[in-house]
Amino acid sequence: MSEADWPLFEVFIRSRSGLEHKHVGSLHAADARMAIEHARDVYTRRQEGVSLWVVRSADIVASDPGEAEALFEPARDKVYRHPTFYAIPEEVKNL
Amino acid sequence: MSATPAMRKAADTAHEEARFRYVLRLADTSLVLGQRLGEWIGRAPALEEDLALANLSLDLIGQARLLLTYAGELEGRGRDEDALAFLRDAPEFVNLTLAEQPNDDFGHTIVRQWLIDAWQLEIYTRLEHSTDTRLAAIAAKALRETRYHYRFSSGWLVRLGDGTPESHRRIQSALDDLWRFTPELFAPDEVDERMSDAGIAPPLTELASPWSARIDEALRAATLTRPASQPYPWHGKRGVHTEHLGHLLAEMQHLQRTYPGARW
Amino acid sequence: MYTQALDIHGKEPVPAAGSEADGHAARFQARIDEEAKIEPKDWMPDAYRQTLIRQISQHAHSEIVGMLPEGNWITRAPSLKRKAVLIAKVQDEGGHGMYLYSAAETLGIARAEMLEQLLSGAAKYSSIFNYPTLTWADIGAIGWLVDGAAIMNQIPICRCSYGPYARAMVRICKEESFHQRQGFEIMLTLTQGTHAQRAMAQDALNRWWWPSLMMFGPSDADSKHTAQSMRWKIKRFSNDELRQKFIDITVPQAHYLGLTIPDNALHWDEDAQHYRVGPIDWSEFHAVLKGNGPCNRERLEARRRAHEDGRWVREGAAAHAARQGNRAATGSATGEPT
Repeated sequence: MSEADWPLFEVFIRSRSGLEHKHVGSLHAADARMAIEHARDVYTRRQEGVSLWVVRSADIVASDPGEAEALFEPARDKVYRHPTFYAIPEEVKNL
Repeated sequence: MSATPAMRKAADTAHEEARFRYVLRLADTSLVLGQRLGEWIGRAPALEEDLALANLSLDLIGQARLLLTYAGELEGRGRDEDALAFLRDAPEFVNLTLAEQPNDDFGHTIVRQWLIDAWQLEIYTRLEHSTDTRLAAIAAKALRETRYHYRFSSGWLVRLGDGTPESHRRIQSALDDLWRFTPELFAPDEVDERMSDAGIAPPLTELASPWSARIDEALRAATLTRPASQPYPWHGKRGVHTEHLGHLLAEMQHLQRTYPGARW
Repeated sequence: MYTQALDIHGKEPVPAAGSEADGHAARFQARIDEEAKIEPKDWMPDAYRQTLIRQISQHAHSEIVGMLPEGNWITRAPSLKRKAVLIAKVQDEGGHGMYLYSAAETLGIARAEMLEQLLSGAAKYSSIFNYPTLTWADIGAIGWLVDGAAIMNQIPICRCSYGPYARAMVRICKEESFHQRQGFEIMLTLTQGTHAQRAMAQDALNRWWWPSLMMFGPSDADSKHTAQSMRWKIKRFSNDELRQKFIDITVPQAHYLGLTIPDNALHWDEDAQHYRVGPIDWSEFHAVLKGNGPCNRERLEARRRAHEDGRWVREGAAAHAARQGNRAATGSATGEPT
């Protein structure tokens, strides 16, 4: 690895009150330990997070926008997956 | 013969004077080191390291502010953090001599940082249980910061020590240059002894071997050689410094000296 | 901190030829028109990609170079609190540069290449950072005026069509507001201080006022890129609009401070309800952009030296990481201390 090759890492942070890690940006680091430190220094100066994930950008597999229709459209008409689809009488509790 | 009121009063005064000096030493070491790191901003080897060094600097200046404020209160002559930082001359500064050594290259900066981080880890860990509750609280906060500082500096020590032949050579050279300032870290004087007798501070001699063990572990991982012992009696803690401190203070104090009495 | 219309000498980008490209282009424009965000893997016209790479990287370079004039006063800050605040501000600027390089990298250019463009002098950065910080009051003036102008430029970009750039700007804008406040507070403290401090503040305003107005870039009539950038929702307001807004907000602030704006022609236009300024000396702006400002050489030299001096460090870290990778592959311990 030459000095120009500090690889790119993507940074994900879970905030204090959050449930999931959100993508906040990227940075360069020589190794994973450094990447965590850099992520902490760059992205948590205002107490934004309690948990950090760093992933080498090269390791991320993303869905292809060209396939967005095939991947995501079919879910659109399956509204029966949403609770609001079902009409339950008001008198019935706890459903 | 039991102590007379006059003797007791003199002992109290000596004790308070020692406590003031002890806190001031911790403050000055953090202040001078923080000031040195501030010189790096915008010049670090990578943008990410600019941010890292800035973080370290902010932590150290924060420690200095808390400790200087406390020292001023102990002294009882109305000096606040800025009066102490900007209006004392070099002989009144009582930082560790190691802290004022110049940045030189990144290798020197990392070695200086690592040696002091390892020292602060020992000191703050024990000070967290000081009978002086104010000092204990400051130490607790500083300890969390110092753990991160140590992670950072030791990480870089290992990367550069066990990196390229050039990085290894440079960092070994920095270690050889700075090692001679380490004996002062654990050389107690009467201030340290008064404080450890009173349960306020840990006995310095007890910290030497845990520090040394931690240092050796890092040196092994970094494939570096521990320099031979060079027992020179540095006296930064007593206000006798190297030529470097005068220049550092001249720069730091310039505005307050040029515009006496002004509010900023 | 901000961006300015630096591409005034370039040509209007040429759309791709061919009906498939036209189809893509039409769909692309439709998405932009309905305020949808364009994301890294979406199809985009090459000219859109190149315009963004140029604009975002120039913005990033500006943040990085911008650390230097303010960094100049860190060791001499006149109180510990001011020192800490200034370090935090300069650190933010470095962070902003990182968010922006990060956004630019999503468009297919590597950080190393962008750095090379900056250090070789090929890339531009905002002209304002080629001015020297001569007194402590300059630090106040920069926060008040330069960050103030930057905020004005940046808020509209939070709604820019390109997702990663917009998101970086949202983050930046959140952090930016303390920058301007700390600058104004410094000016306030100085103007309420000694005679020498008041004079220091007025002197800083005298030197930073006109360069701050120039930050918005020349009038759009003279800028060839504006029309296409507006269509693509990269640029959302004209240079003149933003500059006027800045003037109207800042002049009353100067009056509050008891300072005099260095412009004999400055007056209130009752009909238009705007402050009008005297003529801006655009020849100074162009000279600075070309490299003939007070500090252009020093700024680039400082960045080059930092980069060169740090080479052995970056190489050392890379070599260590490579060795760690090999050790992991062969199952031996790393022995890194914790």
